[in-house]
Amino acid sequence: MANRITLQITRYHPGHDEKPRLETYEVPLRKEWVVLDALNYIKDYLDGSLSFRWSCRMGVCGSCGMTVNGVPKLTCATFVSDYAPGPVRIEPLKHFPVLRDLVVDTSDFLVKLAKSKPWIIRSVNKSLEEEYLQTPEQLEAYKQFSMCINCMLCYAACPVYGLDPLFSGPAAIALAQRYNMDSRDEGAGKRLDILSHHDGIWACTFVGECTKVCPKNVDPASAIQQYKLTASLEWVKSFVLPRGGQ
Amino acid sequence: MVSPTEYLPKSYRPRVSTYWWLARWAYLKFILREASCVFVAWTVVLTLIGIRALTRGPADYTEFEKWLRQPIPLALNIISFFFVVFHAVTWFDLAPKAMAVRLRGKRLPSVAIATPNYVVWIAISAAVAWILLRG
Repeated sequence: MANRITLQITRYHPGHDEKPRLETYEVPLRKEWVVLDALNYIKDYLDGSLSFRWSCRMGVCGSCGMTVNGVPKLTCATFVSDYAPGPVRIEPLKHFPVLRDLVVDTSDFLVKLAKSKPWIIRSVNKSLEEEYLQTPEQLEAYKQFSMCINCMLCYAACPVYGLDPLFSGPAAIALAQRYNMDSRDEGAGKRLDILSHHDGIWACTFVGECTKVCPKNVDPASAIQQYKLTASLEWVKSFVLPRGGQ
Repeated sequence: MVSPTEYLPKSYRPRVSTYWWLARWAYLKFILREASCVFVAWTVVLTLIGIRALTRGPADYTEFEKWLRQPIPLALNIISFFFVVFHAVTWFDLAPKAMAVRLRGKRLPSVAIATPNYVVWIAISAAVAWILLRG
């Protein structure tokens, strides 16, 4: 194994640069280094002005998502040696406005996330002394979708979101589905309008890349397709049953 | 009063290329999957034309068969065959994603949803082939 590797990194200085450009750095190639380690090496020893987000270094916080050789990845979970002999191209997450270097503006995602009401909604709350009990089977029903860490890799992989920024996107829909399938939740009706909107589930053309890039195996593509079935049944019920099945 | 938008940082908004679907094999596969519906539609139309020729009598059907042997329909049908197979395979592979079947609280594995689709497909194809080729 060669002992050095070349990284091509997007640099963008707002106010100075018209558009992002690539800058090349050479870093040591170490077996145990992830891409984030290489970026921190550059920041510490080669160029302190390089900007990127990171926090936990262990695939939990969802901050360090970037595009590595064209594919959205968590840089804390992507080994540099897998790309040897290089060069490795590191770019910001696609489909988001670039604020500086590898840092993107996440505002759009945060607005969409809040719109899908990802919290437990109850018509009447129990008293503080009472518990909301749940069986292992009831937990199993939504657990996979609850693993989302809001890293936005699915948005970067989704061409629909890239072409139509109004699309709610994979993570927001998967998280809505996570609460819809929670036995303690009673808010599915309140989420229906947002999810069943033409910018919601129906904008999804089932490319399936969101699921492939998800570092937590959440499978948003599956959540969206399952919700299409639910929404269709609700639509039929609104015609067939008295008072729309409410 | 100062508009709050003045405080928004300057940012670069990348545009998605018209040729985004050529950037990754997965995207190209998706586009081919979507395009396959055109060939599925053509196969349906071809079948209807065939049935119409059949109901009009042997002379019409012989004419239809003669037309099928022409280079352009032949080439189109060979391409259609591959697209229809691709359409079916991708459809069956996606079925487990859309169907979350739970048995005793556990979700059935993908293979348990996809396999019956393939089995029925092969069984029907074999039955049709037997009817057509038995003599």
